[in-house]
Amino acid sequence: MALDVLIVDDSAAIRKILHRVLRQAEIPLGEVYEASNGAEALASLERHRVNLVLTDINMPEMDGLELLRRLRDSEAWKSLPVVVITTEGGKAGVLEAAKLGAAGYVKKPFTADQIKEKLTGLF
Amino acid sequence: MNVKRGNGIDCSWVVEEIRRITCDVFTTMLGMDPAMGEAKVERGGPGPTDGVVALVGLAGGCVGIGGLACSGETACRLSSRMLLTEIESVNEEVLDVVAELTNMIIGGLKTAIEKQAGPMALSIPSVVFGRNFTTRAKGSSEWTRIPFTCADGDFEVHICLRPGEGPVNGTADVRSGRLQYVTARSSHGEVL
Repeated sequence: MALDVLIVDDSAAIRKILHRVLRQAEIPLGEVYEASNGAEALASLERHRVNLVLTDINMPEMDGLELLRRLRDSEAWKSLPVVVITTEGGKAGVLEAAKLGAAGYVKKPFTADQIKEKLTGLF
Repeated sequence: MNVKRGNGIDCSWVVEEIRRITCDVFTTMLGMDPAMGEAKVERGGPGPTDGVVALVGLAGGCVGIGGLACSGETACRLSSRMLLTEIESVNEEVLDVVAELTNMIIGGLKTAIEKQAGPMALSIPSVVFGRNFTTRAKGSSEWTRIPFTCADGDFEVHICLRPGEGPVNGTADVRSGRLQYVTARSSHGEVL
């Protein structure tokens, strides 16, 4: 089964890098969608069914933790795997993401191998 | 405690943390190890400056601003390397890359400070590109400028910190808005 992925980050550069890493990862990749904040991500999820969300935390309009909260409160998306990729490396951010049911946490700066390892562990 | 000694902040600890974090960010994201020069403390703030400056605000146990400054040419070379594409002039992608590198460096510093000063918050980066502009931080006058050299050119990390009122609870308000502390004066500048 091909995995459809949604990348959520306000940095177009990071979205581009993650897109490249996904293509290189040894996973059966399907469509890759992008959003620049949590609100855009929710709108994208209304249009596209995905198997995985990769999200930053610190974003304008709606941050990644709020996005996680909305997904967990939703019947349709409550079990959708979400991996958080962020500069928010403090204990509080990690704990909050874990409490909200994040499937994984990668701290920026990241290597392609760290992302691949996290995805391989999930699928 | 390193961050607050009496009512002050241990500048040498902050400089060493910035060196460590900057080298980690550049090694991981760009595959090169920058060399640090001698840090300087300046009253009034950096400038006048030409090129690209990205700034990120900090709030909580310490408050202030951190930034990364470099020439437009260096910014293009760093962006070309990070995005694996040839970029010859400063564009949206270049500004985005400089903002993201700054976010990672100052975000790393935030994590280091949080271990001693409790939860802090980080603003969304602001980027200025232009000529002859000056950066000021309201309420603080001392900036530390930390120069680096790498294969793609020279850049500086700037930091202006003072003790804050204490840890922030939950997601701080600075996350949702643009930086509130900076006034930038520019003759040909663009604030994004």
